[in-house]
Amino acid sequence: MNETVIHIEKLSVSYGSSLILEEVSADFPRDRITVILGTSGCGKTTLLKSILRLIEPRAESLNMLGEEVLQLNEEEYNSLIRKTGVLFQNGALLNSVSILENVSIPLEQHTTLSIPLIREIASRKLELVGLGHAGDKLPGELSGGMKKRAALARAMALDPQIMFCDEPSAGLDPVTSLKLDELILSLKNQLKMTFVIVTHELASIHRIADHIIFLEKGHVLFSGSKEDALSSQIPELLHFFQSGSFQ
Amino acid sequence: MIPLELQEGTLKLQGEIGRSTLPVIEKEVSRLQKKAPEPIQRLDLSEVEQLDSAGAVFLHRLSAQLQLPLENVPAEISGVLEIFSRAAEEGPLATGERNLLVRAGEHAFASLTFLFRILVLTSDIFAASFRGIYETKRRRRGSVTQQAVQLGLNAFGIIALLSFIIGLILAMQGAAQLRQFGASIFVADLIAVSMVREMGPMMTAIIIAGRSGSAIASEIATMKISEELDALKMMALDPVHYVIAPKFMAITFTMPMLVMISIVTGMAGGLVLGVTYLDLPASAYILESFYFLTVQDLMVGLSKSVFFAWVIVIIASYYGLQASGGSEGVGRSTTSSVVVSIFAVIVLDALFSLLFLI
Repeated sequence: MNETVIHIEKLSVSYGSSLILEEVSADFPRDRITVILGTSGCGKTTLLKSILRLIEPRAESLNMLGEEVLQLNEEEYNSLIRKTGVLFQNGALLNSVSILENVSIPLEQHTTLSIPLIREIASRKLELVGLGHAGDKLPGELSGGMKKRAALARAMALDPQIMFCDEPSAGLDPVTSLKLDELILSLKNQLKMTFVIVTHELASIHRIADHIIFLEKGHVLFSGSKEDALSSQIPELLHFFQSGSFQ
Repeated sequence: MIPLELQEGTLKLQGEIGRSTLPVIEKEVSRLQKKAPEPIQRLDLSEVEQLDSAGAVFLHRLSAQLQLPLENVPAEISGVLEIFSRAAEEGPLATGERNLLVRAGEHAFASLTFLFRILVLTSDIFAASFRGIYETKRRRRGSVTQQAVQLGLNAFGIIALLSFIIGLILAMQGAAQLRQFGASIFVADLIAVSMVREMGPMMTAIIIAGRSGSAIASEIATMKISEELDALKMMALDPVHYVIAPKFMAITFTMPMLVMISIVTGMAGGLVLGVTYLDLPASAYILESFYFLTVQDLMVGLSKSVFFAWVIVIIASYYGLQASGGSEGVGRSTTSSVVVSIFAVIVLDALFSLLFLI
């Protein structure tokens, strides 16, 4: 049950002369929510993007779903990436078309289903995230939380096995953030999806995380279950969890 | 009154040290350093009453410069003094000064990278567009038509209007000279040849660079910055196929049409002037117009225009894809795209003229 979907060994990323990530090794278990934690600027988003090869990292091994990501040619990479969904920080919905069409794009491009069926599937996905009524709206007409949910619906269009989320609750009020977390939890439980989430929202971490990877200045300081993380005596980790408590 | 005095080597600062008093204090201190009979040996702050951030930075600099400690710091100002000392202790700020050789090397490297990236992008766009002719699934349905309307059809009005005016102006200037020799009728040839071979393609290209090129650059730059391009990649879609190729294909076939519009309206402008100002019969003017024109002239003009269109789309896409930062980055890449593509169009036109002259 506890098999690994993503395995990283000694992954490094540098911009110019500054090293952002240095020899990061980590494992992401299947059907779990793994949260990548850390203070701002520690390389969380960079790690997420380099797993997806949006940034070219150097690594001894970067294995996703049994394939060496860095050694795939374009076609193999594209077929692997179709098994994943990505929720970007600001949604990254295509602004020129309606959200229903946004959700339809992956289906139109990668399947040979008929257009009416695609529209139907897309509407179902939108209903799943609570946006069934807003399909014909343009992304610009939506609020921040709605955009994120629409983007989540788009990321789910091809029923991915792994969902990557870059700061899903950033910029959302606590109530909206709670709803988004509940949505993520129900997707994980009902659809058996593996989640990789970058965040620093403590409330959200407490609610959804199963597994935690803590980054500090480009290094992995901690990797393990949430319970272990909360009882860990690593000073940076202690400081991180204590800084948000209300006592 | 100057709020400082020098007694037996001790520099005593007094009262308020801050933005308002610093100009005087700075001058006075440097005067004392040069002219004082004895060098400054101690810095006494006991009589300072007020200190702001500027004052604190000044004091730290002075103490570092003279290599003297700040003495007798009153309790009221010690907080401000301490907060601004931390930043000062982190070493001097990087000045960013590099020598000539380094800068020359950086420029050379940047130009090479630019050239390389443009070439790669050009080959990508061509490959994607050729494949796009038969692999219609790789783009959104109707996107080529939509782009043709946006980039081409919507520019129809402005191109027709400006070309008409250009034709009118050219005819006016030509007529003033030709009338002296009783050769007014040759205005028709002047307009026909210059519109078909030069003015038509170039005017259209410049308008398209300013209008559609900037639209392409800003659209792609915005997509880059809002991570839409990354999102496309994560849906296993190639941004060049999905976003750029439809624009490239659309402009390839709309550009010659726009140039035709430009030529026809430019000649119409000449005709209007010929008939009203030079009293030429319309039929004679029209006959004369086509007398000198060859099919080759038209082919040269139209093929040139397609080439210009490609250059505009490639440059606009390049700057769009290079965008970084926030909304300011979008503005920067749009500006660069328009400037560089107008420049490229004019230089290329000069090259073409030379080529077809020989």
